[in-house]
Amino acid sequence: MNAINRNEQNALARAVLEIDVKNHPGVMSHVVGLFSRRSYNVEGILCLPVGDGSLSRIWLLVIEDQRLPQMMKQVEKLEDVIALCRHNAEHAVFQDLEDFFRP
Amino acid sequence: MTETLTGAQITVRLLERQGIRIVTGYPGGAILPIYDALGQSTAIRHVLARHEQGAGFIAQGMARATGEVAVCMASSGPGATNLLTAIADAKLDSIPLVAITGQVPKAMIGTDAFQEVDTYGLSIPITKHNFLVSSAEELLEVIPRAFEIAASGRPGPVLIDIPKDVQCQAVEISDLPEPGRTRTAPKVAPALIEQAAAMINAAERPILYLGGGVIHSGAAEGAIELAEKANLPTVMTLMALGAMPVDHPLALGMLGMHAARYTNLALEECDLLIAVGSRFDDRATGKVAAFCPQAKIIHIDIDPAELHKIKTAHVGITADVQEALNQLLPAVSENSRKIWVDRSNALKVEFPLDMNGADNPRSHFGLIRSVAACLDDEASIATDVGQHQMWVAQAYPLRRPRQWLTSGGLGTMGFGVPAAIGAALAEPQRTVVCFTGDGSILMNIQELVTAAEENVNVKIVLMNNAVLGLVHQQQTLFYGERLFASKFKGMPDFIKVAEGFGIAALDLDQASDPQAALQAAIARPGPCLIHASIDAEQKVYPMVPPGAANRDMIGA
Repeated sequence: MNAINRNEQNALARAVLEIDVKNHPGVMSHVVGLFSRRSYNVEGILCLPVGDGSLSRIWLLVIEDQRLPQMMKQVEKLEDVIALCRHNAEHAVFQDLEDFFRP
Repeated sequence: MTETLTGAQITVRLLERQGIRIVTGYPGGAILPIYDALGQSTAIRHVLARHEQGAGFIAQGMARATGEVAVCMASSGPGATNLLTAIADAKLDSIPLVAITGQVPKAMIGTDAFQEVDTYGLSIPITKHNFLVSSAEELLEVIPRAFEIAASGRPGPVLIDIPKDVQCQAVEISDLPEPGRTRTAPKVAPALIEQAAAMINAAERPILYLGGGVIHSGAAEGAIELAEKANLPTVMTLMALGAMPVDHPLALGMLGMHAARYTNLALEECDLLIAVGSRFDDRATGKVAAFCPQAKIIHIDIDPAELHKIKTAHVGITADVQEALNQLLPAVSENSRKIWVDRSNALKVEFPLDMNGADNPRSHFGLIRSVAACLDDEASIATDVGQHQMWVAQAYPLRRPRQWLTSGGLGTMGFGVPAAIGAALAEPQRTVVCFTGDGSILMNIQELVTAAEENVNVKIVLMNNAVLGLVHQQQTLFYGERLFASKFKGMPDFIKVAEGFGIAALDLDQASDPQAALQAAIARPGPCLIHASIDAEQKVYPMVPPGAANRDMIGA
């Protein structure tokens, strides 16, 4: 499999989730716990405070499978989640980080 | 004007303002400041359980009987871990609970301090939401919010973990916040109601499928009205029993693994399934691909994540089910639907539930019917988990929403006795019967002394077959009759056990006239244990083997 094909494969099979949450200890556990209890691997996680720090934005890179719509609904149900938005895998947020993840 | 209150006093004051009149729990070092403040309260009565799990289920009993948020408390460490089973049970059955746990002082969190456990982390997956409180001021926001979350939308348990130093911290307070109240559900989209009504009006063989959400939302009356107007034969999940009286002409009883044959066979033929506050649990659906194979699906639920989770609905409506049913009712046309109603009645006649021995109070079905004969619909019926639970679900004439308290989703043995105590505490005017088994009762037997201490009007009917009935049944049917770890060799003398705990006891085995003895025991106020031996070879039939389609019922 050449590199282009692999990237295409990734683009098809992955999704990026943008999740705005209340910033407090434990909110990350709530979010990723929903994935781990379903043995649904999270491939990438990024999180930083937004604005005055009362909110954070979590970016998740996940493999897309048929459970993803249910996962998104479960995430949206969390009390600390303000908003959830789904992007395609080619979203810049993880791609621009690749330099930091060379073996 | 301001006053100085400690975190513990704020907690108790907010519980009082919330309208809480009974709190159940078990004290320990890390929650003693709250217990000290609770001891000063004239509005709240504390009911001391004998194990934190008992406290959790007593609170559940109160919440299930009334629909109001109930409160339980425990200390840190083992106190908190003992509560977890009752909290998980509340999560799966959507029961509104606020659990308050003590935690080691903030400075000691993370040091493996004495009786420290990560209560917050442990409770994340089994609560609707949870809090670790970091200051006394924060309690002003957290406690009302916990009640709001527990009661709003799909109800559920909320845990508040309060470090001991936060309980002791004194702060100046000017105003106490308003109590947390149920948020109103979002409005139903009229277009979806129209679509659903059109589907119901066009259906030839519709079935109304009621779940526990109908009970939680107070929608039983609306569901019956809809069923009657459109002549919809109606099935209920275990959690919905009581929503429509079992003897209503349109009632088809409980569906699923231990349904009567006619119930599952009617579902097999239906062309429209109207799921209301139900979640297509595997015990209800059997093999999902074969569930209602001919039916289109309308699914109404307050929790959007339930729609399309197991079965893709043709119309999915996120709404409070009472509100949705109210809007649906005028849009649905009257229809005698004679062919389909006749057909479902014919199925009832042709494939009835075989209630063998129903006239003999010494048989399992007969005992249940005899107990029912002593009571009216005002009685509440709790169960533990096992064969007895399914037999009661099949045979007890449940006719009232919130009459029925059972552990559905988690299926927790040990639920029955404390839940019955809770129901009796919340509604002392009722007689509460708890059907239990010789396996289940031992899982929270210590609460018999709580029943004695509180003198609750609870009648525990112990159906003793000296085996773990459902395990015995599955080993017999599916594991080559290799009975292992399911037969009790040692058997306590339950009469002496009950008397030792300070409650009256009746051994039905010794009674010459069991019906008369039952009547007398049930009529006498206060707690009582009624012991009855039953045949270990009896099975819960019909049964859909695990993983099979509902049409493939075995037995009876």
